[in-house]
Amino acid sequence: MSALEVRDLSKRFAIGSAFRPQHVHAVEDVSFSLRPGTITALVGESGSGKSTVARLIARLYDPTSGAVLFDGGDVARVKRRKDILGYRSKVQLIFQDPFGSLNPVKTVRHHIERPLRIHHIVPPAQVDERVYDLLNTVGLVPPDEVAAKYPHELSGGQRQRVAIARALAVEPKVVLADEPTSMLDVSIRIGILNLMIKLKEERGIAFLYVTHDLASARYLADDILVMYAGQIVERGPVEQVLAEPLHPYTQLLLAAVHGERIVDRGVGGGAAAVDPGPGCRFVDRCPLAIPACSATTPELVETAAGHAARCFVTAPSPTST
Amino acid sequence: MTALAEEPAVTATGTEALLEVRDLVVEYGRVRAVDGVNLRIETGEILGLAGESGCGKSTVANAILRILRPPARIVSGSVLFQGDDLVVKSIEELRRYRWRNVSMVFQSAMNALNPVMRVGNQFVDMMQAHERISKRRAIVRAGELLELVGIDKRRVRAYPHELSGGMRQRVIIGMALALSPELIILDEPTTALDVVVQREILQEVEALKRDFGFAVLFITHDLSLLLEFADRIAIMYAGEIVESGPAAKLASDPLHPYTQGLIKSFPPLTGVRTRLTGIPGSPPDLREPPSGCRFHPRCPHCLPENAELYLRQTTERPRLREVAPGHQVACHLVEGGAA
Repeated sequence: MSALEVRDLSKRFAIGSAFRPQHVHAVEDVSFSLRPGTITALVGESGSGKSTVARLIARLYDPTSGAVLFDGGDVARVKRRKDILGYRSKVQLIFQDPFGSLNPVKTVRHHIERPLRIHHIVPPAQVDERVYDLLNTVGLVPPDEVAAKYPHELSGGQRQRVAIARALAVEPKVVLADEPTSMLDVSIRIGILNLMIKLKEERGIAFLYVTHDLASARYLADDILVMYAGQIVERGPVEQVLAEPLHPYTQLLLAAVHGERIVDRGVGGGAAAVDPGPGCRFVDRCPLAIPACSATTPELVETAAGHAARCFVTAPSPTST
Repeated sequence: MTALAEEPAVTATGTEALLEVRDLVVEYGRVRAVDGVNLRIETGEILGLAGESGCGKSTVANAILRILRPPARIVSGSVLFQGDDLVVKSIEELRRYRWRNVSMVFQSAMNALNPVMRVGNQFVDMMQAHERISKRRAIVRAGELLELVGIDKRRVRAYPHELSGGMRQRVIIGMALALSPELIILDEPTTALDVVVQREILQEVEALKRDFGFAVLFITHDLSLLLEFADRIAIMYAGEIVESGPAAKLASDPLHPYTQGLIKSFPPLTGVRTRLTGIPGSPPDLREPPSGCRFHPRCPHCLPENAELYLRQTTERPRLREVAPGHQVACHLVEGGAA
């Protein structure tokens, strides 16, 4: 059973001028599902489209095509404010920047109380108690003292915890965390990651963890999706994908973080998503490329239970060979 | 390994270092961002300086180049470059020393290129400011430098926006090499870049260092990078150096609880997946630094039950002490012989 499913999701952005129009295929035919009580890591470099996926699911953008299935319906095209609010109370987004996502003139209490009241989560008489519960849950103690503070009185890690408490206030089924630790100091990142693990275990929340950091993905996630130039190029159980990567891009990423000597003369993945040709988006950087790679884009082919890659060489389709 | 704290420091006397920072104190108004830092960089070595945001590591770099902006100022201490104190030099003397003797690459350096000027001309400007060289010669030289950092020399005609972030950062590194400086300071040079690009650039810096023999001061929050690239590492916390030593030594046998916590803050990519703890709390506010050891509020070994040690930890500042050749630690646990 999945908590949320994304099916053939695509998003194009128009760039360039009127005389030379171009389109970034920021997200193309992305499909995956998030299961309750699991963390799915969405990994990619900048410009790979990973944050766009999170924003499409959060309904901050309208998709060009495709569906976001939640609670038995497609929410990708929901337009009525009431319906969007209802959806947002079940699917919450946590941003990278805990400095920009809190209102500097409001107390911590205000930030957490607001969603409780707007979405009528608890009767008004119980709001205080629930605020303290939530602060306790995210490790901000003593809760009554923290509740009275303003964002500037908190450290980056504490602010991110407030943002998480706020997201939890509406009792979401799904939390989308977009690089939640990348702006935090190294020594406090683990604390936030551990908090996400605890919430997954205790509350059965389905997390989408968007990151560029493979090591934290391995630490945190059950499943991993690797994105390159708008497409998912590999997916599977995190341990298996990182131990036996199939796609040459995943292999390159791993070599880079393992400190192996790498040879790569390609441009970043962002450029490969601009008006892409018919072939594989990775072909210009790929050490394994064969002629077929320039002619058509490979499909995601499953090679082992749940482990799939988009590569003619390492994950050939059983029917085409 | 026995700690020989009484033995005289091997590096403290004898040969002259390429760069030596002595008892450096830098203040921003009343905030003491750097409090008594000592560093030594030998010819041709990579010294890593690691720490979290606000620990003062970038301030040290800016002080070495004397590019601190008010209200920041060097309160005391000296920065000796081949024995010459830079703290007392005039603006004109400093101008000649920058780029030629010491150059610097910042995290945001790739955005420091002039957007309306071709890359080659920016090299020309910089070179002509420092030596008599014709424009034609300088452009040829710029092309050679671009090739060195892995960019096609025809790109001297490119404008910065035509280059990717990684390529712009390479351009800056090429520029930093232009006058063959003895020391290059890299301040978070690859933090804004993707991992693959980051790896390539660091590989290149390493190769260039082997060919040209310059020394590198590599500043970053990413200790895992330093463990791999640096010869020696100094760890900064709240304006002080708390541990320094050979990179291999810090990787295998870190002594300061902060270093130990930092190393344990990076989840591994191989081996068993275990739950890590990180370091509780957050770095202190330097307007009101903690008394005694500045790390004591976050230190897992600072416990009131251990009354005598606790008193020292909370009231007395530990001094950096040599515990093995080239390995120094500022920690009461180590001083007390607990190591």
